[in-house]
Amino acid sequence: MIRETRLLMGMPVTLVIVDTHASHADIEREYLYLEGIDRRFSTYKPTSEISRLNRGELTLAQASDETRLIFALADQTKQETHGYFNIEKDGYIDPSGLVKGWAIQQVANRLAERGFANYMVDIGGDIQTAGHGPSGSAWRLGVQNPFNPREIVKVVQLNDGAIATSGTYIRGQHIYNPYKAGPITDLVSLTVVGRRIYDVDRFATAAFAMAKEGVTFIDRLDGYEAYMIDSAGHGVATRGFIHYEGNDEDH
Amino acid sequence: MPERLKKFALSAVVIGSFFVAYWRTHHADDEALPPVIPTSSPSASVTSLTPPSPTEPTQPSNSPVSDSVPAAPPSQSATPTVSPTSAPTSQGQYRNGTYTGSVADAFYGNVQVKVTIAGGKITNVQFLAYPNDRSTSVRINSLATPQLASQAIQAQSANVDGVSGASATSEAFRQSLASALAQATP
Repeated sequence: MIRETRLLMGMPVTLVIVDTHASHADIEREYLYLEGIDRRFSTYKPTSEISRLNRGELTLAQASDETRLIFALADQTKQETHGYFNIEKDGYIDPSGLVKGWAIQQVANRLAERGFANYMVDIGGDIQTAGHGPSGSAWRLGVQNPFNPREIVKVVQLNDGAIATSGTYIRGQHIYNPYKAGPITDLVSLTVVGRRIYDVDRFATAAFAMAKEGVTFIDRLDGYEAYMIDSAGHGVATRGFIHYEGNDEDH
Repeated sequence: MPERLKKFALSAVVIGSFFVAYWRTHHADDEALPPVIPTSSPSASVTSLTPPSPTEPTQPSNSPVSDSVPAAPPSQSATPTVSPTSAPTSQGQYRNGTYTGSVADAFYGNVQVKVTIAGGKITNVQFLAYPNDRSTSVRINSLATPQLASQAIQAQSANVDGVSGASATSEAFRQSLASALAQATP
């Protein structure tokens, strides 16, 4: 097994390959790939395509195939989530929320194409797994306590599954809904579990924007489960979430 | 898969033409736009950093860089005990004043906080920059909510291979806060 963590794109990025024929070169190759994605999509690099698009120095037609694909996927997601997922904010386009999940999916696909069957790709706590974990059984992922990052509050067991969490870390931060008086409710964390990280990640983003209705949105969605935590420390799970849960008694 | 790629490619071309037209008409003369800050309020304020019970949300540290990364260490237990903190004592350990933290990169965007100290204690933490990665300018539909069970969260003691949380933004917040507090520490 090879496991490595690096700080990339401002986040811890952990790659694990359990298959015995994995080498450090396989891991290195994926970090280089992610560095390329960061150069293209980071809104904090003035030379990225996104920055140049936003400054009007580049048109979408002149942008790379990859950028145009991201824009097309963003539009598709916006429609599927009834407008809650929107990469355009006040005339400024920021696809970072979608790029993250997409990048994890790309790395997972690349590892599969190289013949690996048991691996984990984790970018800042959004995680795609394949096959089994280092112990030979399911991958075990913790849901972080939004009030204490050193604690976990749920254990999710996955074989070939993905998990992503949207959240505001700060208790008491007010997010206002311009269409309705008063702050959006006190949701601090929303974790979504499903088959593919790309879908899980964008639904986690959209569902979080729906505040406490978000868990309902996921509950009604086939193939996805969610666990929501509010600022009072209450957790609400979708009806099927329990099927993913692992117990303290395991291991 | 190839069928799906064809659909994406076609959508991309169609949507791409739309965006070309959009950019031409709207952005030909625009100046560079700054990163977006939360849309509805000029700044998002946390009026006090008093911790919610039973655990504290942040641990102000005296070093400029946060001493922990919230990624799971390999196969270690996450214990349910509350971590030791270096929170200000009742007589205060910080110099009064207002301190601006460094800009920390959270990938989705920057996080920067401004901390106000009065009576030696943190009395206000204000965001100067916050990643606007979650869309807030949306319409909330009124959906009927099924009665999903609600329970208090509980710490688990378990070995895990990875941890999922809103880590990126929270780490950037801790870094910016730590750098502001480092300036306030005598």
